[in-house]
Amino acid sequence: MTTTLSEAESKRLLAGYGLPVLDERTVATAAAAVVAANDMGYPCVLKLCGDAIAHKTERNLVRLSLGTSADVERSAQELLGQAISADGPVELLVAPMVRATREFIVGADRSGDFGPVVMIGVGGIFAEVFEDVVFRLLPADERELDAMLDDLDTQAMLGEFRGEPAVDRAQLLSVVQAVGNAMIDRNDIESIDINPVLIADGNAIAVDALVALV
Amino acid sequence: MTSDLQRVVLEPLFEPAGVVVAGASSHPGKFGFAVLHNIITCGYQGRIFATNRNGGTLLGIDCLTSVADVPAGQADLVYVCVPASAVADVLRDAASVGIRAAFIASSGFGEGNDEAGAAHGAELVVLAEELGMAIAGPNGQGLVSTPASLCAQFVGPFPPAGGVSIVSQSGNLASGAMNYAAASGVGVARAISAGNATCLGVDDYIGWLADDPATTAIVAYIEGMADARCFYETVKRATTLKPVVVVKGGKSDEGARAAASHTGSLATNDRIFDGMLRQAGVWRSPDIGAAFGAAAALAVHEPMRGPNVAFLTTAGGWGVLTADAMADSPVRLMDLPDDLMDSLDRVMPPRWSKGNPIDVAGGETRDTIPDALHLIAAHPSVDGVLMLGMGIQSNTAALMRRGQFSDFEDIDRICSFHERQDRRYAEAIVEASAATGTPILAATELALSNPENPGPATLREHGHPCYTSPAEAVAAFSALYARGKHLRLP
Repeated sequence: MTTTLSEAESKRLLAGYGLPVLDERTVATAAAAVVAANDMGYPCVLKLCGDAIAHKTERNLVRLSLGTSADVERSAQELLGQAISADGPVELLVAPMVRATREFIVGADRSGDFGPVVMIGVGGIFAEVFEDVVFRLLPADERELDAMLDDLDTQAMLGEFRGEPAVDRAQLLSVVQAVGNAMIDRNDIESIDINPVLIADGNAIAVDALVALV
Repeated sequence: MTSDLQRVVLEPLFEPAGVVVAGASSHPGKFGFAVLHNIITCGYQGRIFATNRNGGTLLGIDCLTSVADVPAGQADLVYVCVPASAVADVLRDAASVGIRAAFIASSGFGEGNDEAGAAHGAELVVLAEELGMAIAGPNGQGLVSTPASLCAQFVGPFPPAGGVSIVSQSGNLASGAMNYAAASGVGVARAISAGNATCLGVDDYIGWLADDPATTAIVAYIEGMADARCFYETVKRATTLKPVVVVKGGKSDEGARAAASHTGSLATNDRIFDGMLRQAGVWRSPDIGAAFGAAAALAVHEPMRGPNVAFLTTAGGWGVLTADAMADSPVRLMDLPDDLMDSLDRVMPPRWSKGNPIDVAGGETRDTIPDALHLIAAHPSVDGVLMLGMGIQSNTAALMRRGQFSDFEDIDRICSFHERQDRRYAEAIVEASAATGTPILAATELALSNPENPGPATLREHGHPCYTSPAEAVAAFSALYARGKHLRLP
C-alpha cells in the first residue's frame, strides 16, 4: 500500500539530498500564517498541506499571489475550512510567490521492469500534450544525467527565453540528482514527483513535491 | 538467461568442430532437409553427422539412427528438428557423446501458450543446467557463423563474411539483416535467431559477441526481455567493447501503467527502454534496414570525433537535400577552414563551389575527385566526408554501351574511361578513409538501380557500405558521431 508524504515533508526529505527549495514555513493557524507572510514579504502563496493530500490543485487548495496580510488571513481561513476529515491532520504552507515562464517536471519511479528510474520533462500546461520526457535508470552518473537534457526534444526551453537567461544546467540537474539520490538511498520510496520545477532567472526551484512511500 | 554478467560459453555453438542434424529429412520441404543441405552446400569444413529414424543416406551423408551413435568427442553442436516431445532424449544422447551446444528449431515449447508446450519449455531449462549445455531456441531458424563457414539454418541467405553480428528474436528479421549484408557487401560474422529464448537470451548472445574477435559491430532485434536490468548491464558492458545497434519491436504496445504519480504514468515501457539504450551507449534504429546501415558504418569505419561533415559532390541538388537532412541531425554541414579552401583551390576546377557542399560543378579531370577526397579526409577539423554523385559517369556509359551506336568510334574508349573513374572514386574512398581514419561514406541510388555500376560495385567488393539515399548516410554519420561521443573521443 502506497502512502504519500505531505508537500512540506516531501520537500524536507528531498532538501536533505540537495533539492533547491524556497524558504517556506508550515503553520497551524491563520494568525500564524499572517505572521509568517509578513516576515517573508509579499506576494506570497498559501497551500493546505497534509500527508493524505496528494493533488492540491484539483481540490483548489492553493492560493497564489497574495498581496496583503488581509488576503493571507482570508485565504488561510478558507483553506482550513476546505479540509475534510479524510485529510487527517493538516497545516498551512506559506511560501514566497515565484514568477516564472518556464516549467519542468522531474520525477522518479521504481515500479517498472527496469527498477528505479529518474525522469525529467518539459512541464507546464502543455506538458501532457507534448510529453517531452526523458528517462534514465538509477543509479546514473553525472554524465548520464547531463545527457538527459540533450535528449529533450524542446531544446529551446533550455536557452535564453523571453528576456530571461538560459537555464543553469548544473543547477537544474541538481534537482534530478537530488531525486535520484533519494531513490537510491531510500528503498522505501516508491515514486517522487517534483511538479513543477520553476525556472526563475535561469535557476531551478522546486515549488511542489510529492514523495510516495511503498 | 544468465542471472549475472558471467560470460556464457558459446564457442561450441558458433565454432563447432562437428555438427549433428538430429531429425534430418529426405523431403526438401522440411527443416531437417534444408538445414543439412545448407550446412553442406555453404562449405562447412567440420565433421557433419545426421540422424534419421530409418537410417539411409541423405545428401551423401550416412544417417545414424540416434545421436547416441555419434562417435564421442566428434561433434560440438546438435541442430534439433525432431518433435518437441522427443527433444529431451536427443539432448541427453547428445550430452552423452560430448556435444556441448544445441540449436532447437522445433516448435511446441509454450510459444502457443499451451500447457504441454510450456512443460517442454520448462524441461529445457532444467536440461541446460543438468547437462551443462548451451541451448539456443527453441522455435528458431538457426545460426550462421562465417568464420566457421557454418550455415546451420533452414532459410537463406548465407551472407558474405564480415564483422557485423546479428541477434534476433525474430528469425525473419535475422534473415532480413543478412539480406542487407548480402546486398551491401558489408558482411556478417555471426547471426542467430533466438527463437523463444527459453535458455539463452538475447543478452547472453550480446555478452558473448562483445568479446568475440570476429565481431566488430552487433545488431539486435528485441521484442522483450526476461530480466530488464540484466539486459541493461550486458549491453552497457558490450558498448565499451563494440558498437551495438538495437531495433525494438512492439513500440506501440506501450502499456503505460496506472500509477499514483505523474512520473509513473509517463513511464511507458518504450520511453524507459529508449532512455536505457541511450544510457548504455546503444544506437537505436527504427527498422532492420536502418540498423544494418548504421552497423555497416560502425563495423567498417572509425567513430567520429566531432559532428563536422564535408560533402564532395559532382552535382548540386543532392548536396542541397543532404544539407537539409543534416539540419535535423546531430551532425552538421561544416564551414570549410581557410587552409582547406586554399588546398582545395589547387586541385579543384576554377568554378568549384568554394564552400561546403564541395561541388566540383562538372569541371573535374582525371584526378580531381581522388585528390580532393584525400585532402578533405586528411584535414584535422573534418570528422566525416560524404561522397555524392559517384557512378553517374558509368550510368551514362551503360546507356551508350546498350545503344545501337556502341561500335561508334571512341564510344568504348570513353565508356571505359567513365567506368574506370567511378572505380577509382570508390577505391579512393576506401584508401582515404583507411589512411586518415576519417569515415568517408558514399550515397547513390545507383546502388539500388544498378548494383553492377562500377562505383557501388567496387565499394561492395571492398566490404564498404554504399547508401542508397543521403538520409541513410546522414543516419550512419549520426551513429558514428554518437559512438565517438560514447567513447569520449577527444
